[in-house]
Amino acid sequence: MEYFIQQTINGVTLGSVYGMIAIGYTMVYGIIGMINFSHGDVFMLGTFAALIMFLILTSLVAGMGVAAMLLVMMATAIVMSSLWSWVIERIAYRPLRGSFRLAPLITAIGMSIVLSNFIQVTQGPRNKPIPPMVTKVYDVYGVTISLKQILIVLITIVMMTAFWYVVTKTSLGRAQRATEQDRKMAALLGIDVDRTISITFVMGASLAGVAGAMYLMYYGVATFSDGFIPGVKAFTAAVLGGIGSLPGALLGGLLIGLIESLWSAYFSIDYKDVATFSILAIVLIFKPSGLLGRPEIEKV
Amino acid sequence: MNAQTPLLKVEGVETYYGAIRALAGVDVEVHRGEIVCLIGANGAGKSTLMMTICGQPQARQGRILFDGEDITRVPTHLIARKRIAQSPEGRRIFPRMTVYENLQMGASLDNQTYFKEDVEKIFTLFPRLKERQAQRGGTLSGGEQQMLSIGRALMARPKLLLLDEPSLGLAPLIVKQIFEAIKLLNQQEGLTVFIVEQNAFAALKLSGRGYVMVNGKVSMEGPSKELLANPEVRAAYLEGGHH
Repeated sequence: MEYFIQQTINGVTLGSVYGMIAIGYTMVYGIIGMINFSHGDVFMLGTFAALIMFLILTSLVAGMGVAAMLLVMMATAIVMSSLWSWVIERIAYRPLRGSFRLAPLITAIGMSIVLSNFIQVTQGPRNKPIPPMVTKVYDVYGVTISLKQILIVLITIVMMTAFWYVVTKTSLGRAQRATEQDRKMAALLGIDVDRTISITFVMGASLAGVAGAMYLMYYGVATFSDGFIPGVKAFTAAVLGGIGSLPGALLGGLLIGLIESLWSAYFSIDYKDVATFSILAIVLIFKPSGLLGRPEIEKV
Repeated sequence: MNAQTPLLKVEGVETYYGAIRALAGVDVEVHRGEIVCLIGANGAGKSTLMMTICGQPQARQGRILFDGEDITRVPTHLIARKRIAQSPEGRRIFPRMTVYENLQMGASLDNQTYFKEDVEKIFTLFPRLKERQAQRGGTLSGGEQQMLSIGRALMARPKLLLLDEPSLGLAPLIVKQIFEAIKLLNQQEGLTVFIVEQNAFAALKLSGRGYVMVNGKVSMEGPSKELLANPEVRAAYLEGGHH
């Protein structure tokens, strides 16, 4: 039983990270109907921004508290990820709006390659480790919970609540939903559609930045190729939960995190990705729009 | 601007969808405080003109002046900010937003400053919307959606209200109710209205002046009373079809 709870806690932690990345996929898909395949690399950029800030802080500022350091790393990751996402939206996606559907998909893959290769060249192809930042561990009735796991889950809850508030309660969120539902009508009501789409990219990217900083803190290592596997997992999470749905992205992320860690615990760790994608396939056979997605109605 | 400048002036406007010319040189004027109607058969280009005024799509030839200012090349959302509000063809209610949120969208221009006071006016004008305010737009009936579409446009405090086929698909009683509301706004608040209609009889009754559109061109114009009496108009748009 302790073992099961232990693995569940590990799964929820991992799932929180996937969920935060998945929000970016789902929001962008919701508003412009495009899968932003470079979003995984935006997350990877977040891990490197946090890493570089960590190195700067530890070498230049002596005796800085861990909490303050984490905050600064997170802020750096948010800024870098958002900035990059804003730029690629401007140069690679916006000029192709109104073009055929596959065009922005292809440039997205291009942007993904550009960023991961850039990081590979400038930061090197090896794993970049950092010393553990948060080491405190609690023992609750035989179950080990580390402080960094608690931090990740807490930060995820805070970020998700903030996002839910913005999207459902503010005029910005209303403008985003209106743009998603009828772009032309939103413009007729005075909404700057291009700006709203830019903000959506930036919002998704800032969450990916936070996820990147968390990932670095949790695993203590960053690699240029980290955009790929976590990116694909988060994309899977978004599809599993129902792409376009914010709660769906979080739910999908948590499910994938849980499947991965429980499968690794009880069956074979080598087949954990097979298990994840099999479950995705099964869900999509019976519920093509995902768990919380809305059935796609073909617009004529 | 002096009172002689028309609020809206459309000069020789041509609009294309790809290679197809939908508007072939249209001239229309709307003055302050007027209700002007545009009638014509299906496919004559009436809705295209409405959307061209809002820059969706932009005119390829000619000019559109609003309050003396050239808006032909201005992006749609900035045209909206000049207080031209449209209740477009097909109503275009946001289906997964509540009635209340749809009205909030209408008040985006002023950042909801006058929202509370204006929404009460809309609810007085269309009491049905008040009953349905928490319901999703997509679940409303056609008539309710039409009321919402007009209400949403009014929330922008427009100087010019563009109405595209407000009577389409609605029961005669509801059409009457909506047209009375428009008349009331025009008389009490001096709201300028440019209305496109297939229901030529009702539109000519409501408006002071009218235009008739055929194949992307204005073929006739004049005071609505004269158009109502004109034998050509009667034969083409009124007899055998009106309520």
